[in-house]
Amino acid sequence: MSKKVSRRQFLTYTLGGTAGFLASGMLFPMVRFAIDPILRKGEKGNFHDVNLKESEVTDIPKQVKFTEHRKDGWYNPPKGETLTAWVVRVKGEIIALSPICKHLGCTVNWNSNPMYKNEFFCPCHFGRYYKDGTNVPGTPPPKPLDRYEVKVENGRVLIGPLQKT
Amino acid sequence: MLRAIYDWVDERLDITPLWRDVADHEVPEHVNPAHHFSAFIYCFGGLTFFVVVIQILSGMFLAMYYVPDIVNAHASVAYLQSEVAMGAIVRGMHHWGASVAIVMLFLHTLRVFFTGSYKHPREFNWLVGMLIFGVMLGLGFTGYLLPWDNKAYFATKVGVQIAASVPVLGPYIASFLQGGDIVGAQTLARFFALHVFFLPAALLALLGVHFILIRRQGISGPL
Repeated sequence: MSKKVSRRQFLTYTLGGTAGFLASGMLFPMVRFAIDPILRKGEKGNFHDVNLKESEVTDIPKQVKFTEHRKDGWYNPPKGETLTAWVVRVKGEIIALSPICKHLGCTVNWNSNPMYKNEFFCPCHFGRYYKDGTNVPGTPPPKPLDRYEVKVENGRVLIGPLQKT
Repeated sequence: MLRAIYDWVDERLDITPLWRDVADHEVPEHVNPAHHFSAFIYCFGGLTFFVVVIQILSGMFLAMYYVPDIVNAHASVAYLQSEVAMGAIVRGMHHWGASVAIVMLFLHTLRVFFTGSYKHPREFNWLVGMLIFGVMLGLGFTGYLLPWDNKAYFATKVGVQIAASVPVLGPYIASFLQGGDIVGAQTLARFFALHVFFLPAALLALLGVHFILIRRQGISGPL
């Protein structure tokens, strides 16, 4: 067989190439449209005053709630969504922990199980965390609890977006 | 590589006759624009089908963002149109494609009429084509309401009133279309269901019959 492209092959390639070009011109906008959520950058979160003085933060985790206004596509919840943070002072530093368990996303609570004093406890699969959010080895969570960014202004604690880890 | 994959599958499943049946069909000289350019009028049926395929594809993608609810419908359309990447293009394809499909379908109908292709033995396929025409108009009518803007609302009110003017059955047709006494939440929900489930299913079934019949009976002879 010769290596020359036969007339039939040439026509097949030309037709196929043209058809492919036209089809991709049609499909590209639709695919780009569908994958828009992947390529979209997340909104930057704001800092919220949670009505907590810096002096009120102790080494016992304190639960604070704040409201985040996040637009969900075309829907903007009028009251926003309520988020929770556990604020605690560890070695002089103020940290704010997310209550979302790193195992499968249930909600953890401080000191809620009498068997595990002074730990965050997740009721779903008995995940446990120490006061600073570090996961107790041998329990289901693979990672420490997420932390919110924390800022102190005029003696008041402000809670920001979740820290990137 | 592709050839090897094809051969591997073909050896086991014998798929060649399947697509050969579809692809190898007779194209007489009088319908081939390469022989007589005026034969392009025979392309309108295929073009209609091509536009229908675009409509189905773009509609599937629009449904990823659209919600058929009177509170959110317009907001979701505004969102997908102005905030989602390429939204204006995808919605534009569906919007303009709807009109192009009707125009192509009408040109195809005119071609069939003026070449007398509807005559014996193809009367049945003409009737199937008329049903397709009805379904396509239904798709246009139901789709028009979905953006839930003023134009959509009042066009549907007018359309429903026209339907209501049918003797005897009119009020029943209007109630069925509205899903109640007014053009409202229930109308939007059922127009959405008709637009994306019932009518496309009917359309595909009818197109299947249309194509099987034309393959069975062949393309009508020259004038």
